[in-house]
Amino acid sequence: MDNTRRGFLKAAMTMAGAAGNPGYAQAQAGSKGQATPSDPALRVKSLESLLVEKGLVDPKAVDALIDTYEHKIGPRNGARVVARAWVDPSYKQRLLTDADGALKELGYGGLQGEHMVAVENTASVHNLVVCTLCSCYPWPVLGLPPVWYKSAPYRSRSVIDPRGVLREFGLELPADVEVRVWDSTAELRYLVVPERPAGTEALSEDQLSMLVTRDAMVGVAKVSAPAGGGR
Amino acid sequence: MNGVHDMGGMHGMGPIRREQDEPVFHERWESRVFALNRAVGAWGKWNIDASRHVKELIPPADYLRISYYEKFLIGMTELLVASGLVTHAEVESGKPARNSKKATPPLTVDKVTQLVVKGVPASRDTPVTPKFQVGQRVRARNLNPSGHTRLPRYARGKLGTIERDHGVFVFPDTNAHFLGEHPQHVYSVRFAARELWGEQVPSQDAVYVNLWDDHLELA
Repeated sequence: MDNTRRGFLKAAMTMAGAAGNPGYAQAQAGSKGQATPSDPALRVKSLESLLVEKGLVDPKAVDALIDTYEHKIGPRNGARVVARAWVDPSYKQRLLTDADGALKELGYGGLQGEHMVAVENTASVHNLVVCTLCSCYPWPVLGLPPVWYKSAPYRSRSVIDPRGVLREFGLELPADVEVRVWDSTAELRYLVVPERPAGTEALSEDQLSMLVTRDAMVGVAKVSAPAGGGR
Repeated sequence: MNGVHDMGGMHGMGPIRREQDEPVFHERWESRVFALNRAVGAWGKWNIDASRHVKELIPPADYLRISYYEKFLIGMTELLVASGLVTHAEVESGKPARNSKKATPPLTVDKVTQLVVKGVPASRDTPVTPKFQVGQRVRARNLNPSGHTRLPRYARGKLGTIERDHGVFVFPDTNAHFLGEHPQHVYSVRFAARELWGEQVPSQDAVYVNLWDDHLELA
């Protein structure tokens, strides 16, 4: 396969049956490499106005997408799933064997979480999720990923030195715990079900869900019991 | 391709920098890029694998320097031009060509919820016989294609065990190049950490990689 940008885009054009102007791609693939980028804010503004003026995008749809991921979909979704799994063993069983079905019971699923897998942390197994090749992340349950998850340090080291990565997050695992790293190389997205902390027996499902953090559901942290047992 | 995006196992990228109370988007333009990318994707001129690959083609020094959403912006712009939805001149000027017809956007505001809730499944109902069974020992093939692949370098040539068969999915290695979906089984393959990284790592640790039939051979 042709590994040049020009080659790829030429193929893309051919297969899409389009008659685009390859000038931009060629300019970008020239000996100078990437065209000098100006301020991305200006480039985006200009591109958006072009796309809207050409009728290629509906600006209201763009607003609605942003609103969805800024305000409606985030780690509280995943936290509710985890809390349910903690209080309802049969739900947990369904979650671990058929995550899509179990998430649907609570109304979660969809974009970048079409095919979900839940993995359980226990006293003897600790799971950690990464996407070494890009930044795949389970949007329906955790929202959009934080910058560190998408960063080269996390992506590069999680698979070769997960214990070192966890130490950077302040989590030192006992030597006899088995660490399982899940590299999201396909369209499967992972949710870590953290261990329920001791001393939370008296908490309600809602109260439990408030303890569950995004980091714990990626596997870079544990869930702590609230001071005083949450009473 | 053996690009810098395939960074699993590399050293020297520095400490992991975390931010307290991180916002979903740091700047308004990031949110616009994020959503525009989905909105223009609805034209169906390319697929998610092509959109990943175009970002892999960003020269390595730039790839490491620029932010996630800048990569989105570059990839989306290139695909928009390559697919003919916009021209290079239009991108440069920010204005439609004089004779261009106004289109009707495929992703209207009333369709956003459906997109978010249904997503874009990569599984296929095509009946395909799995090449491997759960529990079988397999070797990840030593493949070094110059195009797109989801077989990371660190797993190539390594021995693993099929842990789970997830069913039939589109094959990104061909789909990214518009060479067909070639649906096939995707597995969770367990690689012992020591098989990947040597004797100095704990014997019980493991890395699970999702791989397709075409990435694997019987050990």
